[in-house]
Amino acid sequence: MRLDAGGLIDRSRPMSFRFDGRAYGGFAGDTLASALMANGVRVVGRSFKYHRPRGMLTAGSEEPNALVEVLEDGQQTPNVRATVQEVFEGLSAQGQNAWPSVRWDVMEVNDLLSPFLSAGFYYKTFMWPRAFWEAIYEPVIRRAAGLGRLSGRHDEAAYEKAHAFCDVLVIGSGPAGLMAAQVAAQSGADVILAEEDARMGGRLLADRGMVDGQPGVDWAAGVVAELATMPNVRLMTRTTVTGAYDDGTYGALERVGLHVAPQPNLPRECFWRIVAKQTVLAAGALERAIAHPSNDRPGIMMAGAVRAYVNRWAVAPGKRVTVFANNHSARATVRDLIAAGVEVAAVIDPRPDAPDEPGTRVFKGARVVGTKGRMGLKEITIDHEGRAFRFETDCLALSGGWNPTLHLTSHLGKRPVWRADIAAFVPGDNAVPGMIPAGACNGDFSTAACLAAGQAAAVRALSVLGIKPADIALPAAEDDATDMTPLWAVEGKGRAWLDFANDVTVKDVKLSAQEGFSANEHMKRYTTQGMAPDQGKNSSIGALAVLADTTGKGIPETGTTTYRPPFVPVSIAAMGAGARGMGFAPQRFTTSDQASRDRGAPMIEAGMWYRPSYFPKPGETTWREACAREVAMVRGNVGVADVSTLGKIDLQGADAARFLDFVYTNTFSTLPVGRVRYGLMLREDGFVLDDGTSARLADDRYLMTTTTAAAGLVMRHLEFVHQAFCRDFALRFISVTETWAQFAVAGPRARALIASLGIVQNLPFMGVASVMVGGVQGRLFRISFSGEEGYEIAVPARYGAGLFRDLVARAETMGGGAYGMEALNVLRIEKGFITHAEIHGRTTAFDIGMAGMVSAKKDCIGKAAAQRPGLNGPEREQLVGLRPQGDVAISAGAHLFNPGDEAKRENDQGYVTSVGPSPTLGGYLGLAFLKDGRARHGATVRLVDHLRGIDVLCTVCDPVFHDRDGGKMRA
Amino acid sequence: MPEPIATPALDHPPFARGGATLALADPGPMTSVAPFPGQETAVNAALQGAGLGFPAPNRVIEGQGARVVWTGRAQAFVIGVAAPDLTGLAATTDQTDGWVALTLAGPSAADILMRLVPLDLRPGAFPPGHAARSGLNHLPLILWRDATGFTLMTFRSMARTAWHEVETVMDATEARAGLAARA
Repeated sequence: MRLDAGGLIDRSRPMSFRFDGRAYGGFAGDTLASALMANGVRVVGRSFKYHRPRGMLTAGSEEPNALVEVLEDGQQTPNVRATVQEVFEGLSAQGQNAWPSVRWDVMEVNDLLSPFLSAGFYYKTFMWPRAFWEAIYEPVIRRAAGLGRLSGRHDEAAYEKAHAFCDVLVIGSGPAGLMAAQVAAQSGADVILAEEDARMGGRLLADRGMVDGQPGVDWAAGVVAELATMPNVRLMTRTTVTGAYDDGTYGALERVGLHVAPQPNLPRECFWRIVAKQTVLAAGALERAIAHPSNDRPGIMMAGAVRAYVNRWAVAPGKRVTVFANNHSARATVRDLIAAGVEVAAVIDPRPDAPDEPGTRVFKGARVVGTKGRMGLKEITIDHEGRAFRFETDCLALSGGWNPTLHLTSHLGKRPVWRADIAAFVPGDNAVPGMIPAGACNGDFSTAACLAAGQAAAVRALSVLGIKPADIALPAAEDDATDMTPLWAVEGKGRAWLDFANDVTVKDVKLSAQEGFSANEHMKRYTTQGMAPDQGKNSSIGALAVLADTTGKGIPETGTTTYRPPFVPVSIAAMGAGARGMGFAPQRFTTSDQASRDRGAPMIEAGMWYRPSYFPKPGETTWREACAREVAMVRGNVGVADVSTLGKIDLQGADAARFLDFVYTNTFSTLPVGRVRYGLMLREDGFVLDDGTSARLADDRYLMTTTTAAAGLVMRHLEFVHQAFCRDFALRFISVTETWAQFAVAGPRARALIASLGIVQNLPFMGVASVMVGGVQGRLFRISFSGEEGYEIAVPARYGAGLFRDLVARAETMGGGAYGMEALNVLRIEKGFITHAEIHGRTTAFDIGMAGMVSAKKDCIGKAAAQRPGLNGPEREQLVGLRPQGDVAISAGAHLFNPGDEAKRENDQGYVTSVGPSPTLGGYLGLAFLKDGRARHGATVRLVDHLRGIDVLCTVCDPVFHDRDGGKMRA
Repeated sequence: MPEPIATPALDHPPFARGGATLALADPGPMTSVAPFPGQETAVNAALQGAGLGFPAPNRVIEGQGARVVWTGRAQAFVIGVAAPDLTGLAATTDQTDGWVALTLAGPSAADILMRLVPLDLRPGAFPPGHAARSGLNHLPLILWRDATGFTLMTFRSMARTAWHEVETVMDATEARAGLAARA
C-alpha cells in the first residue's frame, strides 16, 4: 500500500503501466517492483523449477524472484528485474515462467512433485537410454523449467558502445563512494562516478540516518549537485560496472533508454569500456537471508529492502510486519515502519541477549520455523524457548547480516578472505591492481566508517597519481555496530530455500554433500545453486555455510567460489552494439560501383567488397545466359572488368628486390625494369599463402599485386617478415590498393580498345608502362587472368568511375562490353588459373603443380617446411581438371571417389574446388584436387555431392582447358 | 581521349547534429614519407626546409597550409602540399586518392568519437597537434586534432560506412541530449 506521505517519488507525475495485462498507476521515481507493491500486487513471478508463486525479495539488481518480461512493439526482454526497471508512462510487462499467468500457473504441478525433483534428479532419472537425453528429455525439461522467453525476432533497437578514461573511477555512490568522488574531484582528478541506480546515494536513499547534521538523502543530493557542476567529473547513473579486466579496464552497462518509452535513435543500453588509473570500489553490501522453513512466500523479503520500500518509495510492504533478524541493523526496519505508521507484530531475534525494541515485542532466542499463505504470506510459526507460537502477519522482514559486494575484486582470480569477526567474506589484498575497496564492500558497515573509508581510499588513490588531496572535513554520521550473531539456516519441517531463483534448498545442498559433491565448486554445479541470473548474490554464502556445516569443515576451509564477470546480466546486443546486420563489417565500394548498378548488375559480396555478378542484357533471364555472353565476348571480342579490389603494395628501397626474393618462391631480383612476373608466396609452414604479379617500376621499386581475399593477410605477412627477419633492409612499403582504380581490358580486340584511348604502347606480354590516360598519369600492364590478350589500366581512384564508363562505352561500340564476376570466374577456370578456392590454406606448391616455381637457387619463406615428408608425392591430392561425362552440372564442394567404390569418407579420393559452365568448351568444367591426380589424366572418377544430390562420372584432365600453350595471351 | 571525369569518394552536405558537425574535407595532395634506415635526420631536415618536419610518433607538424601527420612506424603523410624531393632518403608514395577525410567539430565531437574510437581523447591526453592510427569502430583510421576539431581519414572504399557510423552516433547523441533535457 502506498503511504500517504514521504518517499523520493514525484507524486505530481503519475504514470500508468500494465502488468500481466492489467492497468496500474505509479509515480515518477517508482520501480516496477515498488509500483506493483503499492498496488497490492504480491505475486510477480514463478520459480524456476517448482513454479512457486514469488514476490519481491529485494529492492536491487540482485533480485532473484521478481524477474519479468518487458514488452514493447512485438519484442520482449526477459529476466528484467522488476526492482531495477523504472516505471514510465506506457510500460508493459508480464510475469514469466508461468502459463497462463503468474497467478494461475498449470506447471505448479511441479511443486507437488517436489519430493522427486531434488538436486541431481534429472541426471539420475534420465540416464537411459543415452540418446534420449539430447533428443527428448532435455527439450521437455527445458520447456517446463525456464527463465523467460525471447520474442524470436531480431532485436533491431539501437544500442551503443563507448570508451571512457579517467584518473579515478568510483564504483557506487553510497556514503563511501560519494565521499571518495568528492575528495578526488576537489583535488582535481578526472573522476567517473558510476552508480547502478537511477539516483545517486546508495543506502542513504533507503535509510533514515543523518549525515553531517542533515538527513543522509539530503547530504547525498548536495554532494551530487556539487559534483555535477565540476568539469572534471562524469556522473553516470543507471550504470552498472560489470567486470574488472586487465590494466585498470572495466566493463560497464548503462541503461540509457530503458526507463522511458522507446524513442527513435535513443540507445536502449550502452556498453562502456572504462580505463581508470585508480579505482575506488564502493559497491556496498547485500543483505543475506536466513534459510528457515517455507521462506519463499510472497511477502517475505529482506529487512533492508523493506526499509527501502518504506523510505524511498513510500510503500508499505505489508499491514502487519514481523522482523526476523540476527543483527542490530534490522532494528532500523522496525523503527522506520513504526514511524511510517505500519504495525510491527513482533521481532523474532535468535540472539538470546538481544536488546528490547520500543513499540513492539521482541522474542529473544527465537526462530521462524514455518509459514503459511500460498499466494502471499498470512501466518508464521516461531519457536521460542521450545514453544511454538503462531502470528498473523503479511510481511516478514528477514536479515541474516550483510555480505560485502566484493564481486569485482574476484574478477582477476583473487579469492575473497573470510573475516570471522564479522562473519563475512571481504576482498583479498590487492585483488585487482589499482582498485581500492572501501566501505561496506570491504566489511565496514556503519555510515561513519563508510565515509571515512571513502575518504581514505580517495587519498590513497590520489597519492598513487601524485595529486595532492583536497582537505575535506569528514561529516558526522551514525557509527552503530552491526552486532550480528551468525544464523544461516533454521531446522524444521518444510523446504528452506537458499537460491530462490533456481529453487535450491538446504536439503539439496546437504544431499549434494552426502552424494560426494562436497567441494563448493561441485555442490554449485550439482545443485545449480548460484547459476541463475542473480549468480548467487543472494545464496552463495548461505549455501556455503550450510555445506560447511554438513561436511564439518569451517567456512574459510570450504572457501567461496570466485565470482566472474559480469556482475549483472549484460545483453549481447549491448556488447555487440552496431554490429547487427550490415553493421557487422564495413562495406567497400569500388569506383565503378554506381556504373555497374546503373547497368542493372546484381552486386555480390566478395569479402567486404561489392562486385558486379554479371551485366544483364534485355531478354536474358538467368545469370548463365549473361555469363555465357560475357565469356564469349571476351574470347571473341573485348571485355572490361573492374579489378581494383586486388591488393596493391608499393615496395621501395635498395633491398626491395632482395626482399621479394625472400618472400616469393621464385626470383624477382632478375626481373627487368618495365616487366611483370607471376609470383607464388608461401607461409612459414610451407603451404601456399597467396599468388599474384609484381611489376618492377624501377631498380629499387616494385608494385606487388595480391589476390582480393588475401590483400590484408599479405600486407601483414610482409610486415612480419620485414620486422622479424629483415629489419635492417633498406626497404619501405605501403598499400596503394585504395589509391588506384584498375580495369582489365581483355580479348582479341583489347589492343584496339587501348589504342582508341590514344595510348600507343607496343607492350610485350608481362610488360608494364607509365602512360597518359587522357591528361591523367596512369599505368598500363599487359597481364591476363582470362587467357586472352589482356591489359590492366590503372588511374588514380578519383578518375576510376569516369574511366570505367568510358572503357565500357568504347567496348560496347566495338561489340564488347563489361563483364562480371561470374564470367571472370568461368574465364579463369577455362584457363586453369587458381584462386583462393584452390589455395585455401591446405595446399602446397606441389599440389597446385607449381613445385617448379620454388627456386632451387635461393631460400625463401616456407621453402624448408615445404620439403617435409608427406607434402610432395603421389599421396597428395593434386590439382586436376574435371569434365562431367554427359551434359550435367557439377558442384564445388563435391567429393571424388573411384568408380565402383561406395561414396563414403574412407574411400575419399579428393574434392572439387571450382566449377563453371563453359560456353567455350561446352558443358561444365571443374577444378579439383585428386589423389595422385597428375598421373590420372584421362581416368574416370565418380563425383558425389551428398548435399545437392549430385552423382556423376567425370573424366580427369589437365587443369588448363583452354589455349594450353598460352599463345592467345602472348599474341 | 579527354581527361576522365574526377569523382569524389563521397558526396554529402555537412551534417550537424548532437552538438557537432560532420563534413567532408579535401586536405589536398597526400604523400607518404617513409625514411630509409639511417636517413631520419636527413628527411627531417629536408622537410624542415619546406617549413615542416618529420613528426614524432602520434604528433602532427603544421606548416603553411600543410601538415605532416605521423601515420605509423617510420611513416608520416605530407598533406596539403607536394612532398619535397626525398630521392634516396625516403620512400615516397602518392596516397591522395586512397583516403577519404572527414572533419568532426563542435562541443560534442569528443563525446561522439569516444563511441567509435578506443582512445583517450580527453583534451589533456589528445590535444591539438596529436595524431593516432586507430580504428573508427571497425574501419581503419588516421585521426588527428587541430584547433578546429578532429580530422578522420579512412580508406576511400569505406567512405559510406564511415559516414554512416559517425552519423548514427550523432543521432544517438542528439537523442541522449533530448533525454537529459527532459529529465
